[in-house]
Amino acid sequence: MQDAFATALERWPRDGVPTNPGAWIIATARNRAVDRLRREQNLARKTELLARLQELAPAGADDEETTLPDERLELIFACCHPALAADAQVALTLSLLGGLTTPEIARAFIVPEPTLAQRLVRAKRKIRDAGIPLRVPPDHLLPERIRAVLAVIYLVFNAGYGPPVRRELCAEALRLAALLATLMPDEAEVHGLHALVLLQDARRDARVLDGELVLLEQQDRSLWDGAEIEQGRRALERGLALRAPGPYQLQAGIAAAHSEEASDWVRISLLYRRLAELAPSPVVDLNRAVAVAMADGPAAGLALADRIEGLDGYYLLHAARADLLRRLDRADEAAAAYERALALAPSDVERDFLRRRLSDLRV
Amino acid sequence: MQYLLLIYSDETAWESISEDERRAIYREYSQLNDDLRGRGKLVAGDELQPVATATSVRIRKGETLVSDGPFAETKEALGGYYLIEADTLDEAIEWAARIPSARQGTIEIRPTVAHAGGAT
Repeated sequence: MQDAFATALERWPRDGVPTNPGAWIIATARNRAVDRLRREQNLARKTELLARLQELAPAGADDEETTLPDERLELIFACCHPALAADAQVALTLSLLGGLTTPEIARAFIVPEPTLAQRLVRAKRKIRDAGIPLRVPPDHLLPERIRAVLAVIYLVFNAGYGPPVRRELCAEALRLAALLATLMPDEAEVHGLHALVLLQDARRDARVLDGELVLLEQQDRSLWDGAEIEQGRRALERGLALRAPGPYQLQAGIAAAHSEEASDWVRISLLYRRLAELAPSPVVDLNRAVAVAMADGPAAGLALADRIEGLDGYYLLHAARADLLRRLDRADEAAAAYERALALAPSDVERDFLRRRLSDLRV
Repeated sequence: MQYLLLIYSDETAWESISEDERRAIYREYSQLNDDLRGRGKLVAGDELQPVATATSVRIRKGETLVSDGPFAETKEALGGYYLIEADTLDEAIEWAARIPSARQGTIEIRPTVAHAGGAT
């Protein structure tokens, strides 16, 4: 059942990300000089924007001279303040800290440019008028605020990971994750997220073939970016060394396990069990059931899968159950589960796959 | 900056709790008021009489229309307010989070408009 597991691993972080109609041309590598030039221009613009934003924002009681890196950190936290709507947080972060222009952000999220521009204007106005402070939050607020920043960066990454793939978004997310890791080196989950996006990004060239997702187990591993996998593993080690476990470090651990020659399913199922404790969700439970099936056999996996509540409308639950039932030679039940999955499958790619499985059963 | 904290809650919830629980909540309010005053942050605040006492006034086409009831019939009704001084939204949020009604209702935080030489 690597198939469903791998697909779930690919897809489940994208829950909540806006769906994208229409195909997108896979971005090719850009001219780096052009990139750098644009970033420098953007940075100059952003420094100016920051200065204006600071004029507009009410003076904090603890105003002090800050260097540029600290200003960027303050800016990240202001952009990701919970008083701003999630889509505004994302747009603002990409606009003020990322290397993307307003038209680029609008295109990336398939939103009309005037809408995106208005979203940015309103968000900046709210920061000014409602008194959202431009500062690193005090210690007692820091954990939840860091989580918000990490969520925004991960959302950007997933929006770019696709399909369709939008390289510029993934690149921005990697940059922001690296920046945050430099500015907050003592935060374990910051390294966890950094590791996670590196390890996932490493598979970018193998994930999509002819515009369609390739399941992890079927990917051409020679296309994986070995250097990024190494970087990801080191980032994970930095996080783990701080002895403050969390969901991003666990997900990175799972991604790291998958990047090895042979996936260590026992370790992966233990990581999913920990993840289920820290960040419970039925999709995590499903991933865990599939991993347990790989480690301990289909009966053990099925026992877990049957305890999951709330995923009745999710085709992968039924596809996973179908496969486990098939492996247990319970063909009639497997067929019924494949039918359920077929009825719920979101597109032709999945339907074709499920129909093949169903007809294999009936042979 | 000044912020208006609008306290919305379900009146039936208040009616359904015991006298002891109500006294405990009033003690919390009392402590909150003392802390706000002590830090020079309290500009104004009041508990409002129940929504059944509300009257709405509208002027349409030169006519004064007076009707029984609040601006909008909602499950959570406006039950009180604080007008406070705070340096940042985060500070206003911290005060709002101490309002007992936040635990089952909603506190809306609105910054006031600063008019030059204006009223506070």
